[in-house]
Amino acid sequence: MVEPLLRVEQVSKRFGGLLALDRASFAADHGRITALIGPNGAGKTTLFSITAGYLPLSAGRIVYDGVSIAGERPYRLARRGIARTFQIAQPFMGLTVRENIAVGAHLSRPDRADALAAAGDIAREVGLGDLLDRPAATLTVAGRKRLELARALAIGPRLLLLDEVLAGLNPSEIRDMVPVIRTIRGRGVTIVMIEHVMQAVLSLAEHVFVLSEGRVIADGPPEAIVADPLVVEAYLGRGAAARMMGTGHA
Amino acid sequence: MLSPDILFAAVLNGLMTGAIYALVALGLTLIYGVLHIINFAHGPLLTAAMFAAFFAHRLLGLDPYVAAVFIAPLFFLFGYGLQRFIIGPAAHGDDRNILLVTLGLAVIIENALLYAFRADTRTINLPYAFDVVEVGSAFVALPRIVAFIAVFAVALGLWLIMRWSDTGKAIRAVAKEKLGAELAGIEVAHVYAVTFGLGTACVAIAACLLIPSYYVNPHAGNAFVLIAFTIVVLGGMGSVAGALIGGLFVGVVESLSGYYLGESLGQISIFVMFILVLLFRPRGLFGERA
Amino acid sequence: MRRFAPTLIVMALLGMLPLITSSNVVLNFLVVALLIALVGQGWNLLGGYGGQYSFGHAAFFGTGAYVTAVLQVRYGINAWLGFCIGIAASALVGALIGALSFRSGLKGSYFALVTLAFAEVLRIIASVAPVTGAGVGTLIKLDLRPEAFQFQSRAPFYWIVLGLVGVSLMLMRVIEDSRFGAYLVAVRENEDAAEALGVNTTVVKLGAMTISAAITAAGGCFYAQYFLFVDAGIAYGPWISIEALLAPIIGGVGTVFGPLLGALVVKTLGELAKLATGDAPGLDLVIYGCVLILVVAVAPRGIAGILSDLRQHVLALRTAVAASLGRGHG
Repeated sequence: MVEPLLRVEQVSKRFGGLLALDRASFAADHGRITALIGPNGAGKTTLFSITAGYLPLSAGRIVYDGVSIAGERPYRLARRGIARTFQIAQPFMGLTVRENIAVGAHLSRPDRADALAAAGDIAREVGLGDLLDRPAATLTVAGRKRLELARALAIGPRLLLLDEVLAGLNPSEIRDMVPVIRTIRGRGVTIVMIEHVMQAVLSLAEHVFVLSEGRVIADGPPEAIVADPLVVEAYLGRGAAARMMGTGHA
Repeated sequence: MLSPDILFAAVLNGLMTGAIYALVALGLTLIYGVLHIINFAHGPLLTAAMFAAFFAHRLLGLDPYVAAVFIAPLFFLFGYGLQRFIIGPAAHGDDRNILLVTLGLAVIIENALLYAFRADTRTINLPYAFDVVEVGSAFVALPRIVAFIAVFAVALGLWLIMRWSDTGKAIRAVAKEKLGAELAGIEVAHVYAVTFGLGTACVAIAACLLIPSYYVNPHAGNAFVLIAFTIVVLGGMGSVAGALIGGLFVGVVESLSGYYLGESLGQISIFVMFILVLLFRPRGLFGERA
Repeated sequence: MRRFAPTLIVMALLGMLPLITSSNVVLNFLVVALLIALVGQGWNLLGGYGGQYSFGHAAFFGTGAYVTAVLQVRYGINAWLGFCIGIAASALVGALIGALSFRSGLKGSYFALVTLAFAEVLRIIASVAPVTGAGVGTLIKLDLRPEAFQFQSRAPFYWIVLGLVGVSLMLMRVIEDSRFGAYLVAVRENEDAAEALGVNTTVVKLGAMTISAAITAAGGCFYAQYFLFVDAGIAYGPWISIEALLAPIIGGVGTVFGPLLGALVVKTLGELAKLATGDAPGLDLVIYGCVLILVVAVAPRGIAGILSDLRQHVLALRTAVAASLGRGHG
């Protein structure tokens, strides 16, 4: 079996007295889309922040491409090929869309003109081609999410961590984003996505991990996860699975 | 080396001075704890209050401790106005802008005093200014003992306000969770202004306590305020206990290093301590994460 | 080369001034204004482009001034060489302060505070240390030869400081078009997001601080040569820290010409203050403080911002007019 690109092993995280993550483990296979789901407060974004270098872990290992990366600063991880988007989009407000993406493009392109040109190409890929010279501050939520994605893509990542990239989008915007994500995967990028929008998880993810109260309580293909009573309980509360079985709803 | 008697006297004096530092720091940490801004105008406000106390004595014959009764509320209103009508509106909530606006106020107040009163150093002469009280083997000037007691009285008063009054509760609510407080109907702009006013009032009281034994000129407040900043960073931004304990500590350090190193180098030791604390422990001993 | 066109034009126009007027008053005013513009250019790189507001740029101005002066007076070093060493020394100081501050993760108010503290420490040291002349200061001997970086008339001083400003303007332009510049601006806008894109934010800030210190120091070194006297209050006093940030803020933070525009405004206000009240100390700074608050409240992007807004309005108006005319025909 081929070694996964990313292996998060038994990671725990304490905030003072609060145990936010309790020996959570998951893995992302090369070129696949892996989803991380779970109720709010389960620790998903904390896990991402630790993986991307923004928070130190309290215990455990994170192995990327065979190398242990825990404790490295975010910019180093970016240079190794790990890109992340933020749950609440963080565009460079004072810059245009093109200039925003160019910052990422500069990672492998020292020349300004090159970076700006590459930024244009990437923008068109995610559907921002018409808005290249608009200030990022004028974008809608959907636009900002696309910008987050474009900026992350611009650094040429091998691993893309998407934190609720579909949150706040209406159904038609979601329908537009899904093929973009698929195309990215098609270019060989490994994707891990935190997501609440179930239809997107079902249509995109090949493997799903479920986090609840800091622990991974289930993992498997999406169809199996959705039917798993443990997962249903985690989202809807104790007894919900039994109630649903009882009334014949799946 | 210092003999135990001199050491004792130095420590005692340090504690007395430290109490005043603590009061100034208290105002600063209150403002930071609630508004989350570092009030660069704190020093000039102290200077302005010292001038007010000075002129209250020179023109009205008021004893500074009596004048405090009028000057403190006056400066409370002044601080309230500054926050409500200048700092709040001008900054539009942007952190960098708030920095600049408080800096601007600092520059205006200090230089307005310079322009109005020239750089001359003035002092007032009070009959009891040189009375001493014997404490153990040391002699401490009376005004300093009064100041020491007064500072703790003020700290107690503030604590009571915070704990038991509606305003105090509102202030604590806003400090903890601004959005929630707003949703609960608390008028945040007003609370901010009240807090700023309280911080300014602290400084005004400190000025009245200082004036019997200290001189006043347009730059007098600055020396105290950088020390207050040191204390607040050392004791933790937003921590009242930190301001008090930190103040006493810094007072003692300054007193001892003054004996060992002389006046100017004593000053430098404060700055160096300040820089070191900022660089290595901006959280301070008691406070929240920087 | 095209991108330097505005700078070269402005420099050329300004350069002609001594040929038109020989008024010492005017030239002196402009020399000082350009000096402040230079100091402000330094601040602007770190503060305007980088978003790190320093309240202690006097540390760099003063180090440049003192190093130049002391090297000449005590060690007989050539003035021009002293000028260069002064800049280098300040860059070192900038790198040191930057390394300490940024590696500790200081930002925002804390950074402003620590820079203030460093400047004050330097001021106190300079006011007591024998090498700087302690309270008396350092006086550079009058020696009106070009080799000693002193001139009979003001014009050569004017052209030199103008040249320095011109160099700094071109440097800003180069930085604006470089990866370093893009990274610096990203750091200003959002450090966390910048890190996620592979930007080593600490190194970028450090680089900006070092260059900023060097540019401001050039102003300090020049000051020493022009006024031939430096003391602790002049070198490291709050006045220069304030003017260093006021000029870019009035003119437009993060723009190439902002500090120059702002410096002219600042110095004009200073002169008006002097006219109104004679030489009473303090009033000019009061006015500066008021202007600072006004600009922040009303025009945070400064003069450059106002001009660019005006341009937008004019463009929008033109488009609207053209559209309605088009409709009229169609």
